[in-house]
Amino acid sequence: MLNTLKEPQRDALQSGFQEQYVKAFKWMLLARTVEEKIANLWRAGKIAGGVYIGKGQEAVSVAIGTMLRRGDIFAPLIRDQAGRLAFGEPLLDILRTYLGSKTAPARGRDGNVHRGHPREGTYPMISHLGAMISVVAGGLLARQMKGITGTVGATSIGDGGTSTGAFHEGLNFAAVEKLPLVLVVTNNQYAYSTPNSKQFACHDLVDKAVGYGIEGYNMDGTDLRQCLEVVGHAVERARSGGGPQLVVATCLRLTGHAEHDDASYMDEELFKQPLGRDCINLTESFLLEQNWVVESALTTWRQEAKAEVEAATQQVQREPVCSPADEDWMPLATRRLADFDF
Amino acid sequence: MSITYLEAIREAQAKALRDDPRVYIYGQDVADFGGAFKATKDLAKEFPGRVLDSPISEDAMVGSVVGAAIEGMRPIVEMQFSDFSSNAFNQIINQAAAFHWRTNIPCPITIRMPSGGNPGSGPFHSQALESVYAHFPGLIVMTPATVEDAYDLLLEAIAIDDPVIFCEHKFLYNRVKVEKLPERNGQSAGKARIARPGRDLTIVTYSATVHDALLAAQELARSGIQIEVVDLRTVKPLDTATVLTSIANTGRLLCVGESWPWGGVNAEVIARVASKGFHLLDSPPQRLNSRDVPIPYHPDLWRASRPSVAMIIERVRKILQW
Repeated sequence: MLNTLKEPQRDALQSGFQEQYVKAFKWMLLARTVEEKIANLWRAGKIAGGVYIGKGQEAVSVAIGTMLRRGDIFAPLIRDQAGRLAFGEPLLDILRTYLGSKTAPARGRDGNVHRGHPREGTYPMISHLGAMISVVAGGLLARQMKGITGTVGATSIGDGGTSTGAFHEGLNFAAVEKLPLVLVVTNNQYAYSTPNSKQFACHDLVDKAVGYGIEGYNMDGTDLRQCLEVVGHAVERARSGGGPQLVVATCLRLTGHAEHDDASYMDEELFKQPLGRDCINLTESFLLEQNWVVESALTTWRQEAKAEVEAATQQVQREPVCSPADEDWMPLATRRLADFDF
Repeated sequence: MSITYLEAIREAQAKALRDDPRVYIYGQDVADFGGAFKATKDLAKEFPGRVLDSPISEDAMVGSVVGAAIEGMRPIVEMQFSDFSSNAFNQIINQAAAFHWRTNIPCPITIRMPSGGNPGSGPFHSQALESVYAHFPGLIVMTPATVEDAYDLLLEAIAIDDPVIFCEHKFLYNRVKVEKLPERNGQSAGKARIARPGRDLTIVTYSATVHDALLAAQELARSGIQIEVVDLRTVKPLDTATVLTSIANTGRLLCVGESWPWGGVNAEVIARVASKGFHLLDSPPQRLNSRDVPIPYHPDLWRASRPSVAMIIERVRKILQW
């Protein structure tokens, strides 16, 4: 079954929606601000390894984090800072991870976007694309076996990730078991330097839903309102027994693959198209248009986000960093089975 | 009334399902059909909803049980053949093996791998992959040779808070049997076993080749040569102490295993003995592996491609002449 939600009437917007929309925008703003800070710290040589930001994808990501509830499962991908914050990840996590604080979630054992709190429902991604789909689905299957109902699992992937075998196996397995999985594909037009034309040959990625026998939706990834509505609908469908849901968002990666990538290969024409608009700008315009906020309030929110990020950065920069002296080099939970005879 | 290696594997799973509600079995054809080798025969009937058929999706099978482990379950995955675990390699070595290291949260999964060769099975239904998985930090690799160990180690594997690669040898499934199942020992992992005491030479081995080594030792005993056979039981962790103690008594070492030679279990045992027990050796340590070729289909080629009793005897005699 293939659905595309109809454009809702603006006068139909409800007051509860306004509150949700404003809250989501603030998370988007905080995500953009902290990622700009991380990028600056990288340029200043303060961060080891790559820095991957979600510029242009905040609306899609925040919709996932907003529409999930505490107790649900979320496995974010690399451009999901906004969704992480909205789902409850502390702002300190990203700074601690990138700056190598010893209190970072992975304690220096893993970095950048591979962080999570599995027991609180945030599963940490591995770099191999598509691999988290079956993990989230397996978590949902376990809950089903334990008699836990009413929870949903969501995970993100990009256009490139849809080409992997793991994507296919994971989604097919979730469909076979009719698990409450929401898979959000953000088609940001490029997988590193590879454009859609070299990634897939189907007319639209949402067509894949038919092949798996699941429900699928398209949405404009630059439009926060649509993202909240479509992802919200998909999450509710999954929660109420509708099985796996495929949501395909269209937008543009407004940055390189990582900070070390100048993205000179990107087609400049794309930036002039509707999909190339910046979701933060569009959201601000919408807020002003609806009279939900005045210009000066937007300025205040931006300043608040900046102040919050600066305070958190300073706190983390004062924290002790990871040290080999604190490391037990123990890969096993079962310490008696350690093999150290090398 | 006797019980085979294969029945012991089934009984261990039945006991785990009975004793622990967090245990379930996931794999291809494991439910009503009872598995390609019948290792889960009737378990779906006895434990409704806890023995589940999977699609042919090895990657998703292992990914899914990692998710289930996060949610507090203790899953068992059956690979139909160890060879197909290559399709799940990423989830095994990157997702499962690294999970505790990255998150400090246990990942208690057991991956059963019907391993090793049988006549006529060919290159894709015969592999012994213990050396491959032992390479990766975060995994326990078990290689039982006996009915008792198949039962005891499998129960221990399910109870262990880490991912366990359980290499059960297909050649042994119906060929070794005992009168009755042992009382559980429960802590055999990482402890090698002296399968036969001797004073002239130590054979370190595991899994099916333990039986080849024992037959070779029996034959050699007729000419007065006393072979000590050490059964590693788990190749990771590897019981270096028991190996060194044995070599302290015999002064000579032959490692025998069915996996390929380059960088494998045999190479690891020899490396450890060379670095920690060089002074104990009276002759160069030797190894006998399968030949460095994809596993042949024809039964005669297959027999000639893996360590045999005759090859072991020949190699032992050579070492003793050194």
